Amino acid sequence: MPNAIAVEITNLHKSYQGVAALTDVSLQIPEGSFFALLGPNGAGKSTLIGAISGLIKPDSGRIRVMGHDVQADFRKARRALGLVPQELIDEPFFPIRQLLRIQAGYFGLGKSQWAWIDELLQRLGLWDKRDAYMSSLSGGMKRRVLIALALVHKPAVVVLDEPTAGVDIELRLSMWAFIRELHAQGHTIILTTHYLEEAEQLCEKIAILREGQLLALEDTQTLIASHPWEYLEVTLENLPAVLPQMVTDLLHRRSANKLVLRLSRDLARSELLAILSAAGLVLTEMRQLEASLEDVFRTLTTNGVHS
Amino acid sequence: MSMLGFLTLCKKEINRFMSVSVQTIFAPLVSTLLYLLIFGQVISSESSGFEHVSYNAFLLPGLIMMTMLQNAFSNSSSSLIQSKMYGNLDLLLLSPLSATEIFLAFVLGAVVRGMLVGIAIALVSYFWIPFVWINPFWLLSFALLTTFVLGAMGFLAGLWADKYDKLAAFQNFVILPLTFLSGVFYSVSALPAFWQQATWFNPFFYMVDGFRYGFLGVSDVSPWLSLSVILAFAVVLSALCLVLLAKGWKIRR
Ligand SMILES: Nc1ncnc2c1ncn2[C@@H]1O[C@H](COP(=O)(O)OP(=O)(O)O)[C@@H](O)[C@H]1O
Ligand SMILES: [Mg+2]
Repeated sequence: MPNAIAVEITNLHKSYQGVAALTDVSLQIPEGSFFALLGPNGAGKSTLIGAISGLIKPDSGRIRVMGHDVQADFRKARRALGLVPQELIDEPFFPIRQLLRIQAGYFGLGKSQWAWIDELLQRLGLWDKRDAYMSSLSGGMKRRVLIALALVHKPAVVVLDEPTAGVDIELRLSMWAFIRELHAQGHTIILTTHYLEEAEQLCEKIAILREGQLLALEDTQTLIASHPWEYLEVTLENLPAVLPQMVTDLLHRRSANKLVLRLSRDLARSELLAILSAAGLVLTEMRQLEASLEDVFRTLTTNGVHS
Repeated sequence: MSMLGFLTLCKKEINRFMSVSVQTIFAPLVSTLLYLLIFGQVISSESSGFEHVSYNAFLLPGLIMMTMLQNAFSNSSSSLIQSKMYGNLDLLLLSPLSATEIFLAFVLGAVVRGMLVGIAIALVSYFWIPFVWINPFWLLSFALLTTFVLGAMGFLAGLWADKYDKLAAFQNFVILPLTFLSGVFYSVSALPAFWQQATWFNPFFYMVDGFRYGFLGVSDVSPWLSLSVILAFAVVLSALCLVLLAKGWKIRR
């Protein structure tokens, strides 16, 4: 079923003490996709994810996970979903392997699931810590325990809320490799992250939230292509102490004799050259830079609604 | 619905307090025995208010019941508030367990802890205050129903409280005075009229009085009345807990 919808959100509203956290969000996430939810702090990403997982009660709107309404059909919806929350948790009474077995038990899964739990512990580098308590683990380790907890019941949809925040780079890479593998096995992956290049590299589809509103929902490539700017790095032979106004208008950043210019895509190259020569600048090199998601994101969140 | 999910949570709730049994079983056992020793020694010459019943024999069931109900309350309330504070309650809320299953498992944990504490006190104290086993039906009914009600009360308090001190306040200003004024240490019939009437509004009185009937065959009010009052409490509290839990009151934001 290539066209099946893993998560369907319809007209979702949520406010806290009268302040809107989500405003009329509608969104469909196809089954098997690798989906990123991006937005600045406070945009409503965690609130949206909380609503999908049932930890947050929306004011109105409906959500289905793998076709199951998260309220009316909560048992099936929750079986289909695994959430890695943004906030770390603790559990002082049970060591982590037992905690994982308890979690599986909640889902009605007994001893038959224990081999999978041991596999998770091994894959996530937690095997040596299987009899340790959460409170003795580092933040990165706790994060991995949370990933294991979300996966004990092999959910069709895996949601990760900023899973790499505060995790060192090595661990981050191995985490991504593991999540990629899950995706390859057919799990739908939804994540929020501040590491935009990673979302760009990993995710096929991206939704951008700002102040509780959906700004964009596109294939990653389309989103980048639809970005109205392109970036050009020019290396200059001579660098005047003061750049003329018409050049500073285009300037994105500068370092030594290299300038990065932000240009409207419809600006002809000949026009640009005319501007530069009129400014008395001599080029030795010119290189086009790819628009990164970071740029797309910045444009959208500062310039308002796109597409 | 899968029974395994519910049973897993029940087992977890029991293992939780058993893993710290020095605090949860042994400490209440010791403090109750101290009460028994001190009050029994100091006041043992007092009359119990009932014929053929020594003060010690009168005191023992009341003390057992007092400790059972306090521990039942303490179990569900601290389990719930700890889960909230540590954030691991979300693990439960993400699971397919229903409000009813979650409520019953927490209350069952409270019942088991209350019963274990009660049995431990009865066994130890039997060696110096032999009691006559009058009626196991009343004894068990009151023990189970009372720990159930207090488990539900603890659950409600745990839902409501978002900090430990709120819970401590509830324990100090509601549970403790109500237990001390429930006729554990005296027969209500010995009180002035006003205080007697005030006692009729204290639900803990019926728990202590009915439980004592199971031990001694004497009580201030009919055990049927006590049983009805406690049953009514059990129904109302359960309904309230289930509605609030299903709504996600204070737990699903
Ligand atoms: N429990 C809460 N009570 C009040 N306001 C909240 C609560 N949770 C989130 N908010 C507010 O809702 C908005 C969205 O928050 P959140 O979903 O956490 O954003 P993000 O995850 O994108 O950083 C923010 O303005 C935040 O302050
Ligand atoms: Mg967040």
